[in-house]
Amino acid sequence: MKISIVEMKRGEIGKIAEIQGGHGITSRVQNIGIRTGKEIKKVGSHFWRGPQTIMVDKFQVAIGHGMASKIFVEVER
Amino acid sequence: MAINKILLMGNPNVGKSALFSRLTGARVIISNYPGTTVEFTQGYIKLGEANPAIIDIPGTYALEPTSKAEEVAVRMIEEGDVIINVVDATNLERNLYLTVELLEKNIPVIVALNMWDDTKHKGIQIDVKRLEKILGVPVVTTCGLTGEGVKELVEHISKARPKKMEPLKDSERWEYIGKIVKEVQHLHHRHHTFLERLADLSIRPVTGIPISLLIMALSFLVIRFTGESLIGYVCEPFFEYVWAPLMMKLYHLFGANSLLSGILIGNLVEGRIDFAQSFGLFTTGLFVPLAMVLPYIISFYLVLGVLEDFGYLPRLAVLADNIMHRFGLHGYAIIPMILGLGCNVPGALATRLLEGKREKFIAATMMAIAVPCMAQIAMIVGLVGQRGGRYVALIFLILFLLLIAKGLILNRFIKGKSPEILVEIPPYRIPHARSVIKKLYMRIYSFIKEAVPLVLLGILFVNVLYALRIIDFVSGIFAPILERIWGLPEESIGALIIGFLRKDVAVGMLGPLNLTTKQLVIGSVILSIYFPCIATFTILAKELGAKDMFKSALIMLTTAIIVGALLNLIL
Repeated sequence: MKISIVEMKRGEIGKIAEIQGGHGITSRVQNIGIRTGKEIKKVGSHFWRGPQTIMVDKFQVAIGHGMASKIFVEVER
Repeated sequence: MAINKILLMGNPNVGKSALFSRLTGARVIISNYPGTTVEFTQGYIKLGEANPAIIDIPGTYALEPTSKAEEVAVRMIEEGDVIINVVDATNLERNLYLTVELLEKNIPVIVALNMWDDTKHKGIQIDVKRLEKILGVPVVTTCGLTGEGVKELVEHISKARPKKMEPLKDSERWEYIGKIVKEVQHLHHRHHTFLERLADLSIRPVTGIPISLLIMALSFLVIRFTGESLIGYVCEPFFEYVWAPLMMKLYHLFGANSLLSGILIGNLVEGRIDFAQSFGLFTTGLFVPLAMVLPYIISFYLVLGVLEDFGYLPRLAVLADNIMHRFGLHGYAIIPMILGLGCNVPGALATRLLEGKREKFIAATMMAIAVPCMAQIAMIVGLVGQRGGRYVALIFLILFLLLIAKGLILNRFIKGKSPEILVEIPPYRIPHARSVIKKLYMRIYSFIKEAVPLVLLGILFVNVLYALRIIDFVSGIFAPILERIWGLPEESIGALIIGFLRKDVAVGMLGPLNLTTKQLVIGSVILSIYFPCIATFTILAKELGAKDMFKSALIMLTTAIIVGALLNLIL
């Protein structure tokens, strides 16, 4: 099942399938280590459309709500 | 080949600065890259007979710059003879991207596999020999905090050779890195440590917000306690019992009412030196920066340094993201505000962490108007505090409400969208005393170097303006505004003039005017709002450009007039 990071549940693990958006966003996200094919784990989300935190490899990243809704992951449900 | 310049390069948050302070001796200078406000730190390293310079380059993820700091990082590569590429061993894959890009440049590179001690308890195993063979350049494991591996790193500097490597395309590069990582790194599962559990708790909103409030409250108490103790037990006794008698002797030596004693010692109050009111270069001129402001500078930067090294600030930025979005900013904009509490200059410099022009403008204007610097805060506490703590609290409440109002208004009236946060949250680390103290020392040193001469100049300027009766002349012109709108006596124009130079001296000048408490509160608030001090102004003008700076200054002046008038009516 393909869902965005925003829709992931806390603790859920998924593989990044698609990053939508222009070159600017893709390269910023890639530089910080988020790329298609990477396995990520949702750590938490902040209310009021706040940032989403995920775990990639051994580090945590906080991503703004809008950006996170453009990153899609493949999860098993 | 002679090595003259060594560059220290790496991603943000890889412990570059800790390693830097291990590599260099005491002689360290912070300078601006020509034509920019991007700072870099330069030191010297002992390499056999030679003493090449070593430069700490701003952290960058890649060689395609996305911010001004990264742009500088890329430009500086051309100047280096050897690059020490600092790599976070716990985050190999992402860090290797920059490494590979550097290798493609055909410059001698040494890889410092930093934070090596962290790999063990994180369950990461790296085959260093294999990595060295694949990359074709020396790889040394280091730990910047303990100094492990630093000696070995230095030994490798003269042996570094460029690797002849064909430039790769973006996607090829990631593929290449993927292969390397697969070959050299093994991850094991292991249990969470206490710090990691704390890290999780402090990022979740439900637990994170109470924790952040607790940390704020605790920081405030520590800053206050340390500052007050230093003043009460060290600084004031020194000035009162050692310095004052000395100055009295000097006063009589120069002749009681001579010009020289007037400038150096100032006016006596009831036959004695009053350090807050005499306004001589050697009395108030030294007392303000060293006995009133410095203690709070020390305590503030001590706490800030610990929080920075602990890794707390990025978490605060994430927690604040929601609120900051209401102001058209993202969470990271809280960093310039916090730094601005220490001194508006680093606060203004930190606005370049923000991507867009709009964001920079909003953050800089908010900070310049409503975030008083520690020097000013210390003076307000010292002066207004005598009338009662609640008036000090009132001033900060007014400024805080103003900060929120300014954010909401600016966000509404400036076109554009606020960008989103994207930030790595580093793990918590126990701060190392050595690096905290070194950072504190550098910050205190630059305060003394920059503030003391300006304070002295300010006080000299005040005396000259009074002697030439210029203040009398100007106050005649501005008296209507001051008296009718703000309810301040015309003499307070002197403080407003000096406020351009130093805000702490300006607040100090309100002291001898015999103001009512209401006037004192209004004066302190206006001094904070109406204009940044000259040092902040210079930096802001560079960061924002002339046009935006002009707009920002106009907003500041208008706000000062309106808020001052409102306070005069309400209070």
